[in-house]
Amino acid sequence: MSGWFFRRWKRHRWLSDMRILSLVLVNLLRHRLRAFIGVAGISFGVAAMLTILAIVTGAIGMFERILSTDSHYLVFERNVSDLFFSSVTSDQVASIRERPEVEEAHPMLFGIVAVGDHPMVTCFGIEATDPRLATGEWLAGDRAMFGVRDDTLYLGSRAAEFLAVQAGDEIEVGRGTFRVGGVFKNENGFEDGGVFMPLSMAQDFFQRETASSVVAVKLREESTGPTFKAAVEMDHPGIIALENREFSQSYNSFKILNFTAWAVGICAFCLGGLGVANTMLMSVFSRIREIAVLRVCGFSNRQVTMMIFGEASMIALAGVLVGFGIGFGVLAVMEHTPQFQGYVQASITGSVMVGIVITALFTAVAGAIYPAIYASKVQPAEALRYE
Amino acid sequence: MSDRGEIIVRAKQVTKSYDDGRITVLHGVSLEVRAGEVVGLWGASGSGKSTLLHLLGGLDLPDAGTMEVCGLDPTREVDRIELRRHQLGYIFQMHNLIPDLTVEENVRVPALAIGTPRAETAKRVRELADKVDIRHRLHHRIQDLSGGERQRTAICRALMNGPRLLLADEPTGSLDEKTGNTVFALLKEMAEQNNIAILLATHERRFAEQCSRVLRVRDGQLSEI
Repeated sequence: MSGWFFRRWKRHRWLSDMRILSLVLVNLLRHRLRAFIGVAGISFGVAAMLTILAIVTGAIGMFERILSTDSHYLVFERNVSDLFFSSVTSDQVASIRERPEVEEAHPMLFGIVAVGDHPMVTCFGIEATDPRLATGEWLAGDRAMFGVRDDTLYLGSRAAEFLAVQAGDEIEVGRGTFRVGGVFKNENGFEDGGVFMPLSMAQDFFQRETASSVVAVKLREESTGPTFKAAVEMDHPGIIALENREFSQSYNSFKILNFTAWAVGICAFCLGGLGVANTMLMSVFSRIREIAVLRVCGFSNRQVTMMIFGEASMIALAGVLVGFGIGFGVLAVMEHTPQFQGYVQASITGSVMVGIVITALFTAVAGAIYPAIYASKVQPAEALRYE
Repeated sequence: MSDRGEIIVRAKQVTKSYDDGRITVLHGVSLEVRAGEVVGLWGASGSGKSTLLHLLGGLDLPDAGTMEVCGLDPTREVDRIELRRHQLGYIFQMHNLIPDLTVEENVRVPALAIGTPRAETAKRVRELADKVDIRHRLHHRIQDLSGGERQRTAICRALMNGPRLLLADEPTGSLDEKTGNTVFALLKEMAEQNNIAILLATHERRFAEQCSRVLRVRDGQLSEI
């Protein structure tokens, strides 16, 4: 009997709470400007977070793909702060290639060069056998000629576009003048916006003697990975071999980028949350009498609190929708803006979307805590005394 | 619905003061109100009429004394919510309707608090609107109504959940003479039809004289006249 009564009471309470939510939309529509300010705050937070995270995640993804093209392991200098400063010597590369587990090993040297008016263009020093030359779509020039001549470099199609050069032209790179031997299109934004040099030429250009930044290693049998890793690290204590996945999770620059993106995004959300708090506070203060009337009409503290949280959540949901719209719009524009040299390749994962929605709702609800407590403590007699 | 003659309000030695006891508004007030009675609380502004209604409605707490309204204790939170939801309706001088909402939406508010099904609420709103002759205004916003229409809307809202007691605080105070008469007559009619007790605070003698009983409020004391 008591169970039946409890279930009936719970159902009744739930129903009445649901019906109160119908007031939420009405209240927001009654105070459109205020609601708009709250929605704008959250939507800018969502758009900022989406844009930053999508760009950072996309950049990390592109960088990962540069490193892991057709490979299982990456070998680079131990304890280096950034791969640009890593040195794996040609002797070490040769030693790696001689290992029985290794099918192929492709050294690569990274550098940043100034080309014409563009002060920062990524330069890749690679060997002629590097798989990215084979996978690229050659728009001009002959792949077979890569590395044959010392004064010739090759461009990604996006780089050729923003540098406004074509195969056969001469361009100034740093203090040298080089001939463009060919142009090839690559799906990876970093590579497509980059300059490619034969490895030995890049080593001369960057005065790195026989060094490579990283070696991408493809094994004959993936299961021999641990043996390969242990052998490399024993033979060459100064270098480290990491599985591609392991590298992505442990590489400091990726971690810093990710952390920074989330930190900036959350700061943007905090501003949005303050906006919601301000909106809800203004809303509660200007409706003290109205809330008192609701109490007189039978609304409990819990129902008043629910109404305020409902309004904040509705603002957050609208903010998320608008913010996603703005964010996707900004990303689409950035991806097609030539000035970004193709470096913006947004990548939006499900977990990022869920994270943004949760952060937005949490921020809005947190912003509504004080207004909701204030509203639930409104004393009807006090509020109605001075009619 | 209450039985005729059943005691709806019983207050004994109720005292209320403000400003840390420096201003005493009610001095040991006692009263009883029975079902179907229209009891007028007549007195000048500031005499304590509204304070007494606030105490009985659980909007404020007394310093001393006991009160029982519809068998519940308005000083207890649980009883207060039950009282406001099912047992009493409140009518204010300035009607205190929610601006920007329509008449229908305002009248529905008490039903929202108790979760009455939508269809049942809509039927009840139409019934009440017919009774107070405001059905043609149901979809109009409050700011588009005259003073009398607003007060009739407030009466509908107060009656929404079928209360046994109406606490009316100067319900005709902001209305012109003709509209005031209409609203007062309407209140009396509602009380009679539904066997509702009404405790009506007014400073206008002409309305007080039409009540079934009149209690004069002066210097924080009640006296029957």
